Amino acid sequence: MAAAALGCGAGWRRAWRRGLGGTLPAPVPIAALVPVTVPVPARRPPRVVARNAGGGAVPAGKSGLAPWVPVVGLEIHAQISSNSKLFSGSQVQFAAPPNSLVSFFDASLPGTLPVLNRRCVEAAVMTGLALNCSINKKSLFDRKHYFYADLPAGYQITQQRVPIAVNGSLSYSLCIDNKMSQMVTKTVRIKQIQLEQDSGKSLHDDSRSQTLVDLNRAGVGLMEVVMEPDMCCGEEAAAAVRELQLILQTLGSSQAIMAEGQLRVDANVSVHHPGEPYGVRTEVKNINSIRFLAKAIDYEIQRQIEELENGGTILNETRAFDSKLGCTVPMRDKEGMQDYRFMPEPNLPPLILYDTKSLPANVNHQQVVNIDWIHERLPDLPSAKRAKLVELYGILPEHSFTLVNEDGLTEFFENVVKQTQMKPKKVIGWILNDLLSYLKQHSCTVKESPISSVLLADLLNLLEKKEISASAAKQVFEELWKGEGKTPLEIVKEKQLQLLEDQEELEQICQAVIDEHEKEVMAIKAGNQKVVNKLIGLVQRATQGRSNPVLVKQILEKKLSE
Amino acid sequence: MRPCRCLSAALGWGRPRGPPVPAQRQERAGGHRGAGGSAHAVLGPAGGAGLSQGPVSVEVLRHLERLALVDFRDREGVERLRGAVLFAQLLRQVNTEGVEPMDSVLEDRSLYLREDDVTEGNCTKELLNNAREKVEEYFVAPPGNIPLPKLEEQETFLQGYQ
Repeated sequence: MAAAALGCGAGWRRAWRRGLGGTLPAPVPIAALVPVTVPVPARRPPRVVARNAGGGAVPAGKSGLAPWVPVVGLEIHAQISSNSKLFSGSQVQFAAPPNSLVSFFDASLPGTLPVLNRRCVEAAVMTGLALNCSINKKSLFDRKHYFYADLPAGYQITQQRVPIAVNGSLSYSLCIDNKMSQMVTKTVRIKQIQLEQDSGKSLHDDSRSQTLVDLNRAGVGLMEVVMEPDMCCGEEAAAAVRELQLILQTLGSSQAIMAEGQLRVDANVSVHHPGEPYGVRTEVKNINSIRFLAKAIDYEIQRQIEELENGGTILNETRAFDSKLGCTVPMRDKEGMQDYRFMPEPNLPPLILYDTKSLPANVNHQQVVNIDWIHERLPDLPSAKRAKLVELYGILPEHSFTLVNEDGLTEFFENVVKQTQMKPKKVIGWILNDLLSYLKQHSCTVKESPISSVLLADLLNLLEKKEISASAAKQVFEELWKGEGKTPLEIVKEKQLQLLEDQEELEQICQAVIDEHEKEVMAIKAGNQKVVNKLIGLVQRATQGRSNPVLVKQILEKKLSE
Repeated sequence: MRPCRCLSAALGWGRPRGPPVPAQRQERAGGHRGAGGSAHAVLGPAGGAGLSQGPVSVEVLRHLERLALVDFRDREGVERLRGAVLFAQLLRQVNTEGVEPMDSVLEDRSLYLREDDVTEGNCTKELLNNAREKVEEYFVAPPGNIPLPKLEEQETFLQGYQ
């Protein structure tokens, strides 16, 4: 952990120096965080990298001059996927007429009481189990008091003292370099998961000096996942959140779509020198996508380092991320530190959960949540799915990541494999290099792909049976993408892309190429075998990609040795 | 009689003496240093020491006025508060050695679990009937969080209070 942190720190120094021109540097890829010696630019005094006796730069982290260690912790709110709210029977739905999904309790009219939704408890237990937490068989509800227009009761019911799940972990993977060829696994500790109410929505109308309040969202169940500050940069945080998102979607406990506010992330960021106590942290809010999460965190780390290096101090404040400007700004609404006056929720007894051992006899099953029952029914988590794909199909771990990461891609891949004789290891290349890149270029999801798994399987079969060459196959793919309803075979016939089967014709073309390229022939005869490839390429061109390169090579070599 | 934690918390006391319970103050996301953190109901030395030594300090009163948006209005109001606090302090005379503080008087009941069905809502008109001001089915509230005026600017009784 310390080494990784130092690595990050070293990277942060370098990123700062790259920004000397006055522009904000792009987030540093992890590759840059590996400690290497870097020459100090001449126009800046060497404040940051010390020199040893020999005059060479000392590797990052070893000198007396201080590197910075960024520390990132996350607070994630995931909206529970349920029909009704946490403590009332009003509906949970995105985008409905204002205040139409609000019950008397949600509007906090006097005389109303909270009634706990069983589905929300199950969702929290599922999530806790998937994140390796200990489930507290007895958990308590508390009130967190603060005044805001979208919190009609003046307090939020949450679980601050004894939450439903504690002490878990989340494993996630990152690429070491930009080429996706080396992945490293990291872990972040989960401090706790708690059930709490969501607040309503405020629309600020500054022109008329008023706030419009819609309580449709007030009272919706949330799971707050609190992560320990084990991360050191935006990329790690983004990878961790992505993995959590996949887990929640697999469990079905939350749909976790950030764009619809079903997954909200706040980042706590601070920097310090190694060996010294943690620095003052700031909280960064208003982050609407995983990409912005990485940007916001990296910017804030940068800002704090610059501020401290210039002799300033960091205020313990809340800042909002402005996605247009790519920076964080102090939030106008927060007035210093809040005192939330936590107190136990007097209207709710403790929540008791059972397992098979502690299950009382003669009990109404509807009133009982059995942790073991839920555990047995957990679906395969993303990490298990990836491991199965690697084992079953012999693909690389990096490939399994991309498959699981893209909605529907795993299914597509498996369907193609089922319908083709081509080996999965070759199929994966077509899925990741061809299909996926086309999808990305045209901003399509897998479901919207004009090429179905059946069509792709047909195409790959033609290739496998050696009826067409690889380059011809790519042409067919491009044609299929137009979605005009033609089958691969029809396209091949139409464009005459079949492999030349006539041996004689092939020999004639090869001979012609040999005759026209004396220089190359002489080079080959002199011993330079690589030039053969050039001749093969020329034959391919002459046959418009319809020749089998292996066969062509054989013919050429035979002719050249005569 | 077991001292009820609700009461002491609501009055902003120190915890009644007894065996240690899970700490109410929990630093969010561990490790970080925040100037105050997500503070808890216990007002610590300002509350406890001041109360047990006599008058409720101006600090505490000011803090309460900002937090709970109450207005102690005049000397009589503050005296009433002091009286209530002194009365409740009698509870401290009870020996609570080895007794687990009570969280809720409902602790021996089981928490009822409701099925996840939609049974309420769709009463926009009724709810908005209660609102003095509304705009197209939205409730209307004053803008954002208006910062409270500083003590010097307030017309509060607490100015110059000993």
